[in-house]
Amino acid sequence: MAADIENKTTTNEKLKTEEMILNMGPQHPSTHGVLRLELQLEGELIVNVKPHIGYLHRCFEKHAEAMTYPQVIPYTDRMDYLASMYNEFGYAVAVEKLLDIKVPERVEYIRVIMGELQRIASHLVALGTYGADIGAVTPFLFCFRDREKILSLFEMTCGARLLYNYIWVGGVSHDLHHDFLRLTKDFVDYFRPKIKELNDLLSFNKIFIERTANVGILPLDTAINYGITGPMLRASGMKWDLRKDDPYSIYDKFDFDIPVGDGRMGTVGDSWDRYFVRVLEMEQSLRIIEQAIAQIPEGDVTSAIPKRIKPVVGQVYSRVEGPRGELGYFIISNGTVNPFRVKVRAPSFVNLAVINELCKGHLVADVITVLGSIDIVLGDVDR
Amino acid sequence: MIYDFFYNLTGSQILAYVIGSLLPLFIFILPFALVAVLLERKVSAHMQDRLGPMRVGFHGILQTVADILKLIQKEDIVASPNDKPLFNLAPVLVFAGSYTAFAAIPFTSAFIGSNIDLGIIFIIAITGLVVAGILMAGWASNNKYTLLGAMRSAAQIISYEIPTILVVLTLIMITGTASLNKLSEMQSGHFWNWMILGGPGLSLTKFLFIPFMIIGFVIIYISTLAEVNRTPFDIPEAESELVSGYHTEYSGMKFAMFFLAEYANMFAVSAIVVALFFGGYQSPVGYLGNTFHLPWLIPIEQFFWFTFKGVFFVVVQMWLRWTLPRLRVDQLMAVCWKYLIPIAFVNLLIVGLITVL
Repeated sequence: MAADIENKTTTNEKLKTEEMILNMGPQHPSTHGVLRLELQLEGELIVNVKPHIGYLHRCFEKHAEAMTYPQVIPYTDRMDYLASMYNEFGYAVAVEKLLDIKVPERVEYIRVIMGELQRIASHLVALGTYGADIGAVTPFLFCFRDREKILSLFEMTCGARLLYNYIWVGGVSHDLHHDFLRLTKDFVDYFRPKIKELNDLLSFNKIFIERTANVGILPLDTAINYGITGPMLRASGMKWDLRKDDPYSIYDKFDFDIPVGDGRMGTVGDSWDRYFVRVLEMEQSLRIIEQAIAQIPEGDVTSAIPKRIKPVVGQVYSRVEGPRGELGYFIISNGTVNPFRVKVRAPSFVNLAVINELCKGHLVADVITVLGSIDIVLGDVDR
Repeated sequence: MIYDFFYNLTGSQILAYVIGSLLPLFIFILPFALVAVLLERKVSAHMQDRLGPMRVGFHGILQTVADILKLIQKEDIVASPNDKPLFNLAPVLVFAGSYTAFAAIPFTSAFIGSNIDLGIIFIIAITGLVVAGILMAGWASNNKYTLLGAMRSAAQIISYEIPTILVVLTLIMITGTASLNKLSEMQSGHFWNWMILGGPGLSLTKFLFIPFMIIGFVIIYISTLAEVNRTPFDIPEAESELVSGYHTEYSGMKFAMFFLAEYANMFAVSAIVVALFFGGYQSPVGYLGNTFHLPWLIPIEQFFWFTFKGVFFVVVQMWLRWTLPRLRVDQLMAVCWKYLIPIAFVNLLIVGLITVL
C-alpha cells in the first residue's frame, strides 16, 4: 500500500503542485484530546506530520517539588488519567525503593489486582476509541459499558471513579470492600465472552482489517531507536514486558504470557497488530487477576505506611509496565520531606514521537488510524 | 397522476401544481424524517445497550420535534470568509435534488407526482444535482476540511452512479420500461412475481434470472448506500477525520436542510430498490380490499406496503451503519471500479443473453 502510493508521488512530480498545510486539532474529534498535528499534504497524501504538544501541560514536575512525597500521589493520578491506578502504583514502587521499605503481602496483591483491572479499563478505552476512529461506533460503546463495570469496582474500593489516590507509599488507603473479590471474580467471568464479542464485531471485521493491516508499519529497529515500549513495541515483535523482564511488586508469582504481534493480517508491527496485542493483553490480565484472587492473603494494609516520609539524600529510577508502556519515575531526594525532583518517563510522550515515521506516504484517513493505534493520552504526553 | 387529480378538483393549473408538489413534502418526507431520525437513534441505542432519548414524551418520541424547534431558533451563522451566495444556495440545492426525486416515486398506483416514462432515469439524473450542492457547500465554506469532504463526496457519488445505472439498465432490458409505475404494475400478484425472484410469469427464463437478479440487487443496494453517504461509505462526512465533512460550517436551519436531505435520500434510494426489485407498492400476499370488495382500501394498502418495504431497507441501512467500520477513500474507489462495475457489466451481458434466448 505505502509503496504503491510512493510510486504515484514520483510520477506526479513533473506536475508542479502546491502542498497544503492542514492543522488537525487541537479541537478535532479524533486527536484523543488536545493534540495538534500539523499535516503537510500533497492532495490527500501525507508528506510530513508534526505533532505540537503542550496544550494540556499542568506543570506536574514543578508542582511535585513543592509537595511532600504523599502529596504527589494525587498529581500522578492526573497524568495518564485513564490509568491512574498504575501511575500511583509506579510512584509508590519508586518511593518505596528510595525508602527501602517492604510492603505487606496483601497490599501487593491488591495493587496487582487494581493494576491489572486498570490495564483492562485503559485498553478498553484504547480499543473502543480506535474502533470509533475507524467509523465503528458500536464497539466503542460496548467497550465503555464494560469499562463502567471496572470503574464501579474502583468506586466501591476507594470512592472515586477516575482519580483514585488509593495506592499510597507503603500500602493502600483502605482495605478492600468485603464483596470486592466476589464481584471481581464475577467481572472476570462476565468479561471473557465479551472479548470474543469484540473480536467478532471489530477485530476480524473485513473492513477493519482493510483499514488497519499494513498501515503505519513500525519495524522493530525503528521502534527500539525511538525508545518505544509497551504494546507498541510488542506489536513490532519484541517480547519485552517489565512485568516479566524486570519484575516489580509480586508479578514473578503469576503465570501469564506476553502476546506479541505476529503480522497475522499484514506485516508485523502494523496498526492491526498494535490493536490486537491489546486485545490479547486483556486476556492475560484476566488470568493474573484470577490467580491473584485465588492467592490473596489476609492481613493489614496500612501497617507499613510510614508516618513521615523523609528519605536520605539519593536518587532512584524505578519503572513499571503501564498500560501504554514503560512508566518510569526518576526521583531525587535532598534529604527533606519534599522531593527535589520527580521526573516522569511517560510512555505516551515517547511513543508519540514516532508518528511522523508511521504516517509518511499514507492518506489523511490513515493518520487517524495510526494515531489511534499509538494510544496516547494527552495528560500523559504533556503532564 | 396527483396533478390530474387536483386539476380536476380545483380546475386551476397553478393550484394543481402547487398542491401536487407540496403534498409529498408534508404528508411524507417531513413526517418520515422525524420518524427516521428518532428511529435511527433508537435503533443505534438498542444495538449499543443504551436507551437513547427518553426524556421528551413517552420513550423520547418527541425528541426530534424538540430538536427541530431548537434548530429553527438557532442563529444562522455565516462566517465572514465564506462565499455567501454559494453558501446559502448549497443546502437548498442539495435538498431540492433529493426532494425532486420523490416526484417519480410511485407510492401507490395513483399517488405518483409525475408519471413520466423515464421515471428511474429521471431520479438518477436529478439526484446528480446533489453533487453540485455538496461541492458548493464544501467550496463556499472556505475550510480545508469541508473542501476535502466535498471532493471526496463528489468523487464517490459520481463513481457509484455507474453500477447503479448498469443494474437499472439490466432491469430495463428485461421489462422494457423505465417507468417505475409500470415496473411496479408488472410485479403485481404475489411475491413470486417480484423482480428479485425473476419477474412475473412462469417460464424457464424467470428461473434463470433469479441468481442474476440477486447479484443485481446486492450491487444496487451497495452503490445506493454509497450514494447517500451512509456507513461503510460515509467518507465525505467521516467525523473522525473530517469533523463532519462538507456541512461542518453550517448551523441552524441550513444544517437541518442537509440533515433532512440525507434522510429523504435514504428513503428515496430504498424506494428505488423496492420499486425495482421488491414489487414496489404491490402487496406480497394479495389485497384485503379485493377480498372484502372494498376498492378504496387498495391504495391505502399499497401505500402501507410501499412505506413498509421502504422503511425496512432504511432500517437495514441503519443496522449496517451501526455495525460496520468505514472504508478509506481509495478502498471505496477500489470497491466501485474493481468489483462493482465489472460485476454489473457481466451481469448485464448475461441477462441480455438470457433475454435474447
